[in-house]
Amino acid sequence: MYKEICAKYAPTKDNLIYILHEIQDTHPQHYISGEAVKDVSDYLKVPENHIYGVLTFYSMYSTKPRGKNIIRLCESPPCYIKGSDNILRKLKSILGVSVGETTKDGKFTLELCACLGVCGNAPVMMINEDVYGDLSEEKAEEIIDKIRGRN
Amino acid sequence: MSLKRIDLLICCGSGCVSAGALKIKERFHEVLAEHNIANEVNIIETGCMGPCDYGPVMVIYPEGIFYKKVTVDDVAEIVAEHFVKGRPVSRLMLQDEEKTIAAKKDVPFYQKQVKVALENCGYINPESLDEYIATGGYEALGTVLTEMKPQDVINVIKDSGLRGRGGGGFPTHIKWQMVHDNKSDEKYIICNGDEGDPGAFMDRSLLEGDPHRVLEGMMIAAYAMGATNGFFYIRAEYPLAIKRIKMAIQQAKEVGLMGKDVFGSGFCFDAEVRTGAGAFVCGEEMALIHSIEGQRGNPTPKPPYPAVQGLWGKPTVVNNVETLGNISTIFRKGAQWFASMGTEKSKGTKVFALTGDIKNTGLVEVPMGITLRELIFDVGGGMIGDHKFKAVQLGGPSGGCLTVDHLDTGVDYESLKERGAMMGSGGVIVMNDDKCMVNVAKFFMDFCVEESCGKCSPCRIGLKQMLEILERITSGYGREGDIEELQRLGESISKLSLCGLGQTAPNPVLSTIRYFRDEYEAHIRDKSCSNKVCLDLMHFNIDKDRCIGCSLCARKCPVTCITGSREEKYTINQVDCVKCGNCFDVCPVKAIDKVPGIHPAVAANREALKKAAHNHED
Amino acid sequence: MKTLADLKKIREKAQEDMKLRGGNVRIKIVVGMGTSGIAMGAREVMKTFLEEIAARNLTDVMVTQTGEKGLSSMEPVVDLIEEGKPKVTYGNMNPDKVKKVVVEHIVNGRVVSDYVVATGN
Ligand SMILES: Cc1cc2nc3c(=O)[nH]c(=O)nc-3n(C[C@H](O)[C@H](O)[C@H](O)COP(=O)(O)O)c2cc1C
Ligand code: FES
Repeated sequence: MYKEICAKYAPTKDNLIYILHEIQDTHPQHYISGEAVKDVSDYLKVPENHIYGVLTFYSMYSTKPRGKNIIRLCESPPCYIKGSDNILRKLKSILGVSVGETTKDGKFTLELCACLGVCGNAPVMMINEDVYGDLSEEKAEEIIDKIRGRN
Repeated sequence: MSLKRIDLLICCGSGCVSAGALKIKERFHEVLAEHNIANEVNIIETGCMGPCDYGPVMVIYPEGIFYKKVTVDDVAEIVAEHFVKGRPVSRLMLQDEEKTIAAKKDVPFYQKQVKVALENCGYINPESLDEYIATGGYEALGTVLTEMKPQDVINVIKDSGLRGRGGGGFPTHIKWQMVHDNKSDEKYIICNGDEGDPGAFMDRSLLEGDPHRVLEGMMIAAYAMGATNGFFYIRAEYPLAIKRIKMAIQQAKEVGLMGKDVFGSGFCFDAEVRTGAGAFVCGEEMALIHSIEGQRGNPTPKPPYPAVQGLWGKPTVVNNVETLGNISTIFRKGAQWFASMGTEKSKGTKVFALTGDIKNTGLVEVPMGITLRELIFDVGGGMIGDHKFKAVQLGGPSGGCLTVDHLDTGVDYESLKERGAMMGSGGVIVMNDDKCMVNVAKFFMDFCVEESCGKCSPCRIGLKQMLEILERITSGYGREGDIEELQRLGESISKLSLCGLGQTAPNPVLSTIRYFRDEYEAHIRDKSCSNKVCLDLMHFNIDKDRCIGCSLCARKCPVTCITGSREEKYTINQVDCVKCGNCFDVCPVKAIDKVPGIHPAVAANREALKKAAHNHED
Repeated sequence: MKTLADLKKIREKAQEDMKLRGGNVRIKIVVGMGTSGIAMGAREVMKTFLEEIAARNLTDVMVTQTGEKGLSSMEPVVDLIEEGKPKVTYGNMNPDKVKKVVVEHIVNGRVVSDYVVATGN
């Protein structure tokens, strides 16, 4: 499966970041496994430790399995000023996890991230590719409930 | 021919989308169909209109009516009343003191603004090449390619006085000239769309709202310096911007505005999109270049500058999105026109992102040199609620905080720098008198520590040390001499770091010490946070006179540290309290106060613990 | 697209499609669409204007609407606004009258005085 993804890109080193993105996005657990790293290494003819170096440098990559939905709450100053810490407290309590953890049912992983560029509507979180702004504790709970009901 | 009589422009910038703009658009389609007038209304998705705080917003032409905070439920009324009967819905318009403001041009938010880079944002459909062309798009490129030599192009930019909008304010023409003068078989132009500064979102809005403008700017730059390949480096957090710019490239290629022999001039150009993967430092130009090459995005020492040895070792110009967004207009309206705006050394306009405790958050474009007061109070509408203005952080995580005393400072590269702040990418984070500046400084430092790439030790180790001191101060363990230590560390990190991240990261701490030293001192000496923000330096107290003994607080306390009865009223056992704030939130008679300072019982307990640990060591 | 002239052609056509947002408009037609106007058939009037203009490919004319104008007895009421000329208000309009106004007033520049109920602001 990883080989197929690799084959879509030319075997040059500058495609590494895109191959890793696609592997992670298409994996149901949104992560890059050791096996994937090996395949990419074979394909691009770059050593595995170079790939691990890149993986650990960029915050969007995960080498651990994650939940079906990735919640990324913005922790940058403009969101903080508008109360993102309250939202974090709420999310932790309704999901029953700490930052970086996945819920038992595997539906959600809670992460923090830097500014999402929607600061005009702070506080903000991104769930998968959707951005939710002007969060209040109630609104955050509603959004999670809705997604939980959906899948 | 179309029967269209209404253009409905729905803002579909990320802000409005996060507030539900897409659902509203769907609803319009449904309701228009029900009324049988779908063929009379053009529904156009535009880029960010600016006033994100009012989102979702929309403008309806020909009248130019501006609606704010529209919900799905309002759609039926807008269609039935405004579209069918011609009676705009005043309850959705902006209210100013007594009067209702109907037209977009009368909204105060827009009045002091001068749109150059944002000219089309929120006005055209960003996915339509034709609409861009209708506003004069690609005319500058055509003229440049058919009538001007590369050197003439650089001279125009020189005359305009344009400086980089990505942070440094480096004169754009100098970079172009360097690459122009460098002989090489291959040269590159890169558009820096990494936009990592927290509190900045102009580049995203421009890429989403008017992608062809950025592309046209890039092509003019490429022609001037002799590049035939371009890259848009856009952060992965901006999926819509990535999609729009890819679409723009595709459209330009289809009609021959890009590719081989553009406008029959012999100029060939191709561009690609590259994305990041979540690393702030990749906005730094050398780091960005390494990231495009498929490596860790570490900055490397300069020189060599990218203009000499950039992408794959070839001469390269890295320009910010907004910088490129200004280019085509400079050619259409003339260098003199552009240079007539702004101050002596900072020409033209700048886009600012207003965020924080300000009424009109959003994107604004104003002439350089406008005062902070005008920016925050006139354009931004002032503070929310009854709060007072306390400070403004300019220039992102590495900028500095300015105070009430600086409100009459003109916003330009030099004036800001003199006062310890910087233009940066144009993030303006406004803070009210509720904020604790020590805590704010700690927050910015935390951001920089997390984003430090770790390559050079002053930045990796030094910033960490500064953060530890700040954490110590905000948790009640501050010591005499901490302020001086922060200053000493800050100054040496600024001097010794490899890239701009480390060089500027101490700024928020240094500037808050400069302007709010008394707050640092209160935290250290009195162990007190007067704004009751730092949890370790404040406590909750139940006022027995106001308490009605309802027990709600005790029931909501997660650590059961509140005890009492209806008769005796309730008290908090301070030593066990975790400061979650639940009691404060639930008290029906507001009998609970936040009090600055460590509670004596907690202080005594800390002392006892310290002694015990000490004895244990002996 | 190979020349600036090609670009200009596209621009002119595209500007045409965007004229509602304030471009090249010679005549603005404002139909009174208050409750009484609609009750008296303003929607039909509006539709006829749109159809006639489309059929004749008139590119510099814009149709828009407004609310009640207080001329209930003369509804449907239509204003024709031309740059530099006094406003002309037609009353008691119907689809046939609209067709005549389009031909006479909009195309040939002759005010149809029989239908005029007011002029000037
Ligand atoms: C840590 C760091 C982060 C940066 N982030 C950005 C960024 O997000 N966007 C940007 O345009 N420039 C950023 N810059 C500045 C770039 O290095 C470079 O100066 C800029 O892209 C040049 O474009 P300009 O001359 O058009 O402003 C950053 C610099 C540093 C040191
Ligand atoms: S600070 Fe949270 S989105 Fe920008």
